[in-house]
Amino acid sequence: MKILVPVKRVVDYNVKVRPLSDNSNVDLNNVKMSVNPFCEIAVEEAVRLKESGQATEVVVVTVGGDESQEQLRACLALGADRAILAQSEGLLEPLAIAKVLTKIVESENPNLVILGKQAIDGDNNQTGQMLAAMLDMPQATFASELKIEGDNAVVTREIDGGLQTISVNLPAIVTTDLRLNEPRYASLPNIMQAKKKDLSIQNVSDLGIDVSDRTSILSVELPPTREAGVMVDSVEELVDKLKNEAKVIT
Amino acid sequence: MSILVIAEHDNNEIKGSTLNTVTAASKIGGDVSVLVAGSESSSAAEQASKIAGISSVIHVDDPIYKNFLAEDLGNLVASIAEGFNYILAPATTFGKNFLPRVAAKLDVQQISDIISVEDADTFKRPIYAGSCIATVKSNDSVKVITVRTTAFDASPMTDSSVTVNTGDVVDSLNNANFVSDEIAESDRPELTAAEVIVSGGRALGSSENFKIIEALADKLGAAVGASRAAVDAGYVPNDYQVGQTGKIVAPTLYIAIGISGAIQHLAGMKDSKVIVAINKDEDAPIFQVADYGLVGDLFEAVPELTDSV
Repeated sequence: MKILVPVKRVVDYNVKVRPLSDNSNVDLNNVKMSVNPFCEIAVEEAVRLKESGQATEVVVVTVGGDESQEQLRACLALGADRAILAQSEGLLEPLAIAKVLTKIVESENPNLVILGKQAIDGDNNQTGQMLAAMLDMPQATFASELKIEGDNAVVTREIDGGLQTISVNLPAIVTTDLRLNEPRYASLPNIMQAKKKDLSIQNVSDLGIDVSDRTSILSVELPPTREAGVMVDSVEELVDKLKNEAKVIT
Repeated sequence: MSILVIAEHDNNEIKGSTLNTVTAASKIGGDVSVLVAGSESSSAAEQASKIAGISSVIHVDDPIYKNFLAEDLGNLVASIAEGFNYILAPATTFGKNFLPRVAAKLDVQQISDIISVEDADTFKRPIYAGSCIATVKSNDSVKVITVRTTAFDASPMTDSSVTVNTGDVVDSLNNANFVSDEIAESDRPELTAAEVIVSGGRALGSSENFKIIEALADKLGAAVGASRAAVDAGYVPNDYQVGQTGKIVAPTLYIAIGISGAIQHLAGMKDSKVIVAINKDEDAPIFQVADYGLVGDLFEAVPELTDSV
């Protein structure tokens, strides 16, 4: 079984992002970039399937600029076998990324595609579902457990009321939720070894698809701030404030 | 303008998220139709016909829609989409699951999780876990949108009802099967609909200790929530999680107990009307968003609070 894992380069989880001073977009100057955390979970799951003998090859792919090679190498250090960079001019929207990934899936023919459920930059939560629709494949989003049983993937999904288990025919698209696994840290020998693994580059402009932007960002602002609150000294004072000032309890 | 709202329901009753989504549709302005797709779902369709501000209901009833699997629901909505300028669904796990499939079928860049309607093409939405708010203009001729339910009031119900038309079933892709659900049964209100929420964090230390959170919640008639740290530590089930990747809530009163206030948690609750924080660390970031903060030992403060409300 071959697994394809699309990943995304995003601002590191710990960075507090702010708008540019002209509010035209977010300020990404000199901020630390990393592999999107949900994508790391996807890579980890694929690598575990390989380690347990259920998968034979794990291929990571990203759609982005040359600098995304750094994140592909990080995924190779986590245990992926080879990497593909679909090189684009600027950042693409989820619809365009899904179109590029459709082409990659058609040429790589994986049995399973595992992606993060969302990237922590745009928080769109779209790419996996769009890819599944474009390929007319079944999907299992927000996965907290994944089992391969013959020609099916049996996936437990995190839904609003609790958990749902579905079975999808392979090939299928799975998107990861937080509790699917805890990704490992790359060891130094694996980081060194990852430098020698195969990383091929394709140009998105050669794929013959429309990847133009469909939306425009008019402005980016800080959210309204809450007015500073007060500290209370006792439970008694807190109850008094809630009853008589905020009037939210009786 | 004609707008299609995809109803979230359980084949029996319409969920509150549908009512918030209808309000968002009304802000865009135009003829609002509601699609109820389900199995043995006549009562849900009838209930939908009484939502204020809509002009018709489309009801599609077939066993393939019983569990709202994204493959068949996505194809159904894409087939109905022609003639509509807008397609809206709530940004719950129901809407997030299938709507991007619709957008892909229609070759549209979906706008996710809108918190306001600026004009017919322009919407506000949070990005980077709510650290920033982007104003986004869609240039697609059809807009496919998920709606953050806490950002819009629920549309009221009326006594009169609009016409319910029957829509056509689309052949199933037959590539996915429902196996089972584990839906938590609780007498407490649902987290996303609760007026009051009491949430606990890692500082609780164990699922046993979480009972003091539940006791306070029950005294207040509140729902129980948790931070990701508390869920990951196994104190409570995953569906308790409030935050960027859990549930987005905006109750009248949110009481955060032993929660430090990571940005991912704040993203899920900072639109609450009144926020109370109880934490032993006076530098905890949660105090920056709290209206009332109490520094102290939660194992003393919480039982005392339970006794005095």
